[in-house]
Amino acid sequence: MIITQGLTKEFRLRKGALVTAVSGLTLEVKEGEVFGFLGPNGAGKTTTVRMLSSLIGPTAGKAWVNGYELGVDDQAIRRSVGILTETPGMYERLSAERNLMIFSRLYGVADPQGQVQKYLRMLGLWERRFDEAGSFSKGMRQKLAIARALLHEPKVLFLDEPTSGLDPEAAKLVRDFIEELKSEGRTIFLCTHNLDEADRLCERIAIFKTNLITVDSPENLRKRLYGRKVVFHLRAASDAWAEAVRSLPFVKQADLVDNKLVVGLDRPEEQNPEIVRCLVGLGADIQFVGELRHSLEDIYLQMIHAAEAAASQEVRA
Amino acid sequence: MSAVHPTGSRRLDAAGTVSRIRTIIDKEWAEVFKNRVVLLTVGVMPLVFTILPLVILGTMRRSGALSGSGTDVPAGFAGVCGAMSPGDCLQVYVVDQFMLMFMLMPLAIPVAIAAYSIVGEKTTRSLEPLLATPISTEELLAGKALAAAIPAVLATWIAFLVFIIGTAILGVPPAVRAAIASPTWLIAILVIGPLMAVLSVNVAVIVSSRVSDPRAAEQISMVIIVPVLMVFFAQIAGFLVINARLMGLVAAGLVLLDLVFIYLGARLFQRETILTRWK
Ligand SMILES: Nc1ncnc2c1ncn2[C@@H]1O[C@H](COP(=O)(O)OP(=O)(O)OP(=O)(O)O)[C@@H](O)[C@H]1O
Ligand SMILES: [Mg+2]
Repeated sequence: MIITQGLTKEFRLRKGALVTAVSGLTLEVKEGEVFGFLGPNGAGKTTTVRMLSSLIGPTAGKAWVNGYELGVDDQAIRRSVGILTETPGMYERLSAERNLMIFSRLYGVADPQGQVQKYLRMLGLWERRFDEAGSFSKGMRQKLAIARALLHEPKVLFLDEPTSGLDPEAAKLVRDFIEELKSEGRTIFLCTHNLDEADRLCERIAIFKTNLITVDSPENLRKRLYGRKVVFHLRAASDAWAEAVRSLPFVKQADLVDNKLVVGLDRPEEQNPEIVRCLVGLGADIQFVGELRHSLEDIYLQMIHAAEAAASQEVRA
Repeated sequence: MSAVHPTGSRRLDAAGTVSRIRTIIDKEWAEVFKNRVVLLTVGVMPLVFTILPLVILGTMRRSGALSGSGTDVPAGFAGVCGAMSPGDCLQVYVVDQFMLMFMLMPLAIPVAIAAYSIVGEKTTRSLEPLLATPISTEELLAGKALAAAIPAVLATWIAFLVFIIGTAILGVPPAVRAAIASPTWLIAILVIGPLMAVLSVNVAVIVSSRVSDPRAAEQISMVIIVPVLMVFFAQIAGFLVINARLMGLVAAGLVLLDLVFIYLGARLFQRETILTRWK
């Protein structure tokens, strides 16, 4: 659905200096996938989205969106993608409905009225449709902007920080709506700073800072960085028990932290019962067993820091 | 998909172009006419410029100022009057001054509309979603330009019509009325007016791309009225007599100027430039 090859964007500042916002980005987003695009402020996420929705041209590299090549079929690309821009940018003095009608017409939607009604209802704005967009709260504007991005039923959707600045309830509403769009089979390119959100919504995540650092599923990222870990909560602990577990052939590591035994395993589903048997045999009282999940935040920070360290080393060399 | 039939999709798009430009015009009018400053410029200017000369002509007729010797008219202007009575000649002279004021409308009105519309879109950041639609930048610029130029041209034409009707009602002599509906002023209103409107839209686009306050954009763009004011004062001082030949030259000059400014405006009005360079 989205393929990029060495996509690069440089900005020339007024003083003449060059800023590289995106450098040699090569990736593939599959059809029907929710693809998370994560990176710190200034990483080049918005710039990437702008290039892929053919708002600005790349300095180098190629990309195909929906089968259309960037720079060749730009109008076809704009016609077939929807974009939620970083700022909603509504016509403040016009009603919500009027705002959407304008865009329905610009997109050449066959049944503008019907589509406007459909999305105003879906996003819970129908009752407020005659109110000026300028009177809307931040969350309502964001919902209106999402509706605007969907009027022409795009197959590919770019969402640039859809939940930023929303209260937890509004954010959840937007997330649920993204789930719904995903179930309709749309391809969603999601820029976000909310790592929990990326973890829940995305099949795959790219961690990006000017350069692509990594792309993988959240699960694989966890495994790659930390392996899988299981925690056994014991009523009382003994170093001897930890030693016994460590000596099992499939156990990669086992550490005692207070009364918790943290065990590194490849296939906990099959290996946990064995460990339980071993511990019970030694007389341990097991209170709980659970998998230790690193938050995506840990992974993200570690990856970004590693990339920064590598970059600074490169500069020194 | 559409890529398979390039010619078919292009033909289809002529209708699309018209519809998109109309959508932009509708949107501009819905939005910009909610703005008090714009309404004032578009509404009050034609009203004042029509009523004021009518009142002055009416007062002149009743006060008997027209029975004098006509020495108030600059020497150069006498040639315009030909065989007219001095009283008629004075009236034609007064009308000519006001007709020049008329020509401020096709300059000032588009500036007000375009400045508020473009700077407004800049400050609300609504240009980005707009540019993400299939509209071409030429269509968008045409829509904005027409939205600003059409009210200006219409206001000028309607004001002119009202003025002509008003002079008839007031009983202004036929010779004077003929001087109003003369080739000189018909060229000015019908040809130069629209050309000026196009010029001022493009000046407003160029200025609006650089400033972030609509009032500043409007004020800076207003420099384009300076040449009209210069002609106005030159005529009062007797340096210049406005005639059809001069108007023809001005029209020809404006065509060239319009082409240059359309080119400059369109060059600034590119997706990439708007999103990355407009401040
Ligand atoms: N028009 C521009 N002119 C010059 N530099 C620019 C321009 N737009 C973006 N940049 C630079 O490109 C880099 C990437 O910016 P971008 O907005 O894409 O980041 P981002 O990942 O979206 O950040 P954020 O999380 O803050 O939204 C930044 O260093 C920014 O300063
Ligand atoms: Mg951004």
